[in-house]
Amino acid sequence: MRKVSAFNVVALVAGFAFLYLPIAILVIYSFNASRLVAVWGGWSTRWYAELFDDTPLLEAAFVSLRIAVTAASAATVLGTLAALALVRFGRFRGRLPFAAMIYAPLVMPEVITGLSMLLLFVAISADRGFWTVVVAHTTMAMCFVTVIMQSRLADFDVSLEEAAMDLGASPLRTFFAVTLPLILPAVAASWMLAFALSLDDLVIASFTTGPGATTLPIRIYSAVKLGVKPEMNAVCSIMVGVVGIAVIAASLLTKLGAARGTTAPS
Amino acid sequence: MAKLVVRIPYLWLLAFFLVPFLIVLKISLSQTAIAQPPYVPLFDLAAGWPGLRNFFSALSLDNYVFLGSDPLYFLSYVKSLEIAAFSTVMLLLIGYPIAYAITRVPRRVQAVLVLLVILPFWTSFLIRIYAWMNILQHDGPLNQLLLALHIVREPPAWLSTTTAVYIGIVYSYLPFMVLPLYATLEKLDETLLEAAADLGCPRWKTFWLVTLPLSAPGVLAGALLCFIPIVGEFVIPDLLGGSRTSMIGQTIWTEFFANKDWPTASAVAVVLVCLLVTPIVVFQYQAMREAERA
Repeated sequence: MRKVSAFNVVALVAGFAFLYLPIAILVIYSFNASRLVAVWGGWSTRWYAELFDDTPLLEAAFVSLRIAVTAASAATVLGTLAALALVRFGRFRGRLPFAAMIYAPLVMPEVITGLSMLLLFVAISADRGFWTVVVAHTTMAMCFVTVIMQSRLADFDVSLEEAAMDLGASPLRTFFAVTLPLILPAVAASWMLAFALSLDDLVIASFTTGPGATTLPIRIYSAVKLGVKPEMNAVCSIMVGVVGIAVIAASLLTKLGAARGTTAPS
Repeated sequence: MAKLVVRIPYLWLLAFFLVPFLIVLKISLSQTAIAQPPYVPLFDLAAGWPGLRNFFSALSLDNYVFLGSDPLYFLSYVKSLEIAAFSTVMLLLIGYPIAYAITRVPRRVQAVLVLLVILPFWTSFLIRIYAWMNILQHDGPLNQLLLALHIVREPPAWLSTTTAVYIGIVYSYLPFMVLPLYATLEKLDETLLEAAADLGCPRWKTFWLVTLPLSAPGVLAGALLCFIPIVGEFVIPDLLGGSRTSMIGQTIWTEFFANKDWPTASAVAVVLVCLLVTPIVVFQYQAMREAERA
């Protein structure tokens, strides 16, 4: 019999308060009419309104969105292929170094990833800008996609695919007609998480970006480096909202997906 | 077809993960130059064999000798490892009770709580650190609260202190610790605890003798997932620690962006990877075994 002791309740309440209070305070202060933190000037949406006049900021947000959509799409394709390779093609040659390259970027400090990416782009004299950031983000995010897809594919019922192939479908057709629809929720979840990762990244983008491709985190970083600004409270609150919705949607999709196709229908 | 599925991601990772590392290694062995890019290029494919010979003869360990001669770098490594080690212990002490408590509530609630742990994990580091800049600033909410409760007379300075860096790190990495701990604790066989209780074992002793040893894989996974990236952390010490705490991630950043000394930055990065290689390999081994088992 499970029992929730007082200690457990305290741990949960304190833990979640610690995780959420700072964000809540940030959002509340973004509605503070006063520029001073110490003074509560009443509720106001003035900082949000001012954002719409800040052209460089809006441009940066647009650049970030374009990078995130492109990188998330590429990362989802590459990550899903990598997961298929690891789960389905068992012991191909060079599997160990492949798996090592999948797991290393998950923990690799971002400064190292960013630095090495930049040096590559300089070595091949690629013009730094939109596409270099996309490539860097794709590489970083595809590893997270692989981990998610790997666990989805691991409990996938292979007999469904076997049935399709027994009925004469080609492997490619089987993938698009049977496998893909079943893993689609996990694919969508991976895409959203890759999107969030790219949208949030500061360090790798700082290294790999070039003229004309200033992302939103880079702009926020240079603005807050010297201190707290009410406009930035508003930007950050919006970003928290966007990411929050994306993650909740992604987890609902995964849950939906987990219920489908894990066992063969009787 | 099957070959293509393996090859495309394989080639991508070789080109954009492995090759960049080799380039970092190479540049760390070259000389600094006042040019664009700021290092002496070493390898000229067109030169053929003599070019290759030049390549190897021009490699120098000067940058590494320089790292060893300046105590700034050594102290920066030590500081990073120290901060990472202490914060990993703090994360374990804070994360374990939370993960344990989540496994105690009904299944349905567990799913919601896990989602609530994951949610900030995907919110940007930058924003979460910025949120703490808000709270910790001189006339911010924390000092206002402390003054209102008469805990302090003078508002203490929080920003630009190591304390602020620790707060930021523990806050940012808590989900990375709670999730793997929860994953192992959730699989724990309840009957073992019942058996211990039936045999008259007090609860704290059951925890010490049964629960804790069985959750060791989760403890290891969480500790590595936190420790490795914390060592190279840049955003947190930069925004919350100011110039007081110089962690190695900041050193690489400064060498690169401010001093434009790419070879030294590369050498600092190579040494950092060498320091982290053991924990990274242990982490990979663990992650692979976990994936195979699933």
